[in-house]
Amino acid sequence: MSTLTVPAQVPSAAEDCEQLRKAFSGWGTNEELIISILAHRNAAQRKSIRQTYAETYKEDLLKVLDKELTNDFERVVKLWTLDPAERDAFLANEATKKWTSSNQVLVEIACARSPQELLLARQAYHARFKKSLEEDVAHHTTGDFRKLLVPLVSSYRYDGDEANMTLAKTEAKILHENILKKAYSHEDLIRILATRSKAQINATLNRYKNEFGQDINKDLKADPKDEFLAILRATVKCLTCPEKYFGKVLRLAINKRGTDEDGLTRVVVTRAEVDMQVIKEVFYKRNTVPLDHAIAKDTRGDYEKMLLALTGHRDA
Amino acid sequence: MAVANEMGAITKAFSGFGVDEKSLITVLGKWHPEQTKSFRKASQFFIQDERLFERWIDKHVEQLKIEFLRFKSAVVLWTMHPWERDARLIKDAVIDGQKSTNVIVEIACTRSCDDLFGARKAYHSLFDRSIEEDVAYNTPGIERMLLIALVSSYRYEGPRFHEDSAKSEAKTLCTAIKDAGDKNPMDDQEVVRILSTRSKPHLKAVFKHYKEISGKNIDEDLVADSSLKHTVQCLSTPHTYFIKVLDAAMNPVADENTKEGLTRVLVTRADVDMKLIAEEYHKQNGVELAQKIEQMVKGNFKEFLLTLLARGDQLKK
Repeated sequence: MSTLTVPAQVPSAAEDCEQLRKAFSGWGTNEELIISILAHRNAAQRKSIRQTYAETYKEDLLKVLDKELTNDFERVVKLWTLDPAERDAFLANEATKKWTSSNQVLVEIACARSPQELLLARQAYHARFKKSLEEDVAHHTTGDFRKLLVPLVSSYRYDGDEANMTLAKTEAKILHENILKKAYSHEDLIRILATRSKAQINATLNRYKNEFGQDINKDLKADPKDEFLAILRATVKCLTCPEKYFGKVLRLAINKRGTDEDGLTRVVVTRAEVDMQVIKEVFYKRNTVPLDHAIAKDTRGDYEKMLLALTGHRDA
Repeated sequence: MAVANEMGAITKAFSGFGVDEKSLITVLGKWHPEQTKSFRKASQFFIQDERLFERWIDKHVEQLKIEFLRFKSAVVLWTMHPWERDARLIKDAVIDGQKSTNVIVEIACTRSCDDLFGARKAYHSLFDRSIEEDVAYNTPGIERMLLIALVSSYRYEGPRFHEDSAKSEAKTLCTAIKDAGDKNPMDDQEVVRILSTRSKPHLKAVFKHYKEISGKNIDEDLVADSSLKHTVQCLSTPHTYFIKVLDAAMNPVADENTKEGLTRVLVTRADVDMKLIAEEYHKQNGVELAQKIEQMVKGNFKEFLLTLLARGDQLKK
């Protein structure tokens, strides 16, 4: 469930634009005003604001934010203002240019979005980068990572709820055999994770646990330093229990010395309108500290305020 | 004698592609029982049963079923939404196995990115599975990587690309194909990456540079009739590939699977590039495609195919 709060009476896009214009004018920027508007509008409303702003002031709102804001606050507001498909395209493109540690972003986009959302992201990628998502992912990855990530970002999974139990049994066995052999990038293992529907994978992994005694992710922990195994575990988690996955990303981002703002920003912005409420509950259960306390402790200023607004904590 | 001519006509009506409905109606419909009996006695489609009657050979009746249905199949396929059509063609190819992998390659490489994605959506609706999961499950060994990548592609369709990338990728392909040694180029991750993810304009440039480096066109450097060769043909000069399919289909010794290529090509290319295919067919074979169809095919099925073929001339493409 979403943690986004939108006022009961939402001003028109034109009114919002006028206020935003005021926030940018003169010396400095009125960050509070920006937060009070943008952090409390849903995707459709933000889109409308962007369109209206461009029509009225002949400027792209994102370019203005780029000019007026700085650092982490700028990043969180810009990412938030983007349309979800454009945002995913942007994050994916960014990830392809970094080292393998950012592969998990690609996994998130490929596996934690719905098949339709992934398609929209791929379309947005064409429009913005004049390339296809899979071509950039393929070009910037090698070996096992490429074998897994390209099929993942190219998938268009069936989205029905049915699962074939016989298939679940066979495929659980295949997964187990390959894990025992340490053939983690075996084509059958990748085939199953990259092409089966989420419902089918769920059934297969439940069968796996029943049959072989452990969660597949425990069996994939053979070498804690192995990055490929980490990506495999992330794939499994994003497909079956995204809230737990994102809860963990938040925990690691916040506990890290100095805080990994990119991770924190990314999770909050991409999940605020999706399942942040559940992620908060999962976070509290695991850390005994409410998410807003953890955020408040580790971040400051407008960045902190924006994050708290998006995760549903109104200031007094 | 007129009767011998008529027997010849009926034999012909029952052989080859489609059935000659008109002859069957006018001739068979008016034969006396003795004439029909003479036909049965003389015809290769009947055998003398031990209980003293001329029996129709089962295999031929089965074949007739198929031939009568060709018109129906063509019409149904033609009327379908292109997404449903492609989804069903792929499903049939998946079930058929190895001998039909070219159909999967054909559809994945010659449709626009949105039409290919449409087929993926239709596949969900029709079969409650995704194309990639079925193709992955049913394609063995070496072709799997390439085929999954091809059916999952969502290529950029704009004109922009990098000349330098195209040059270096042409080199990569050349090395993979010519210095292959024991390794099959289809197994090469880079070959699969380039062919399955790059945009078609980019690939056009790659193939151009390939020819400059190798002296030959890329499909000429590839082993006959592999999925890799089909991929490259469909991506560079689809009409070359489609002409091969037509030739194979109209070969007198073609099996059923291969014969279906005739319907498939005409139905799926009628509104796309059939005119070009027909022109190139004429250049290559010295005979008009329409003429060849007139020769080899019969009845309503023939008329329908010729009508589809003629569309190419009418449409301003």
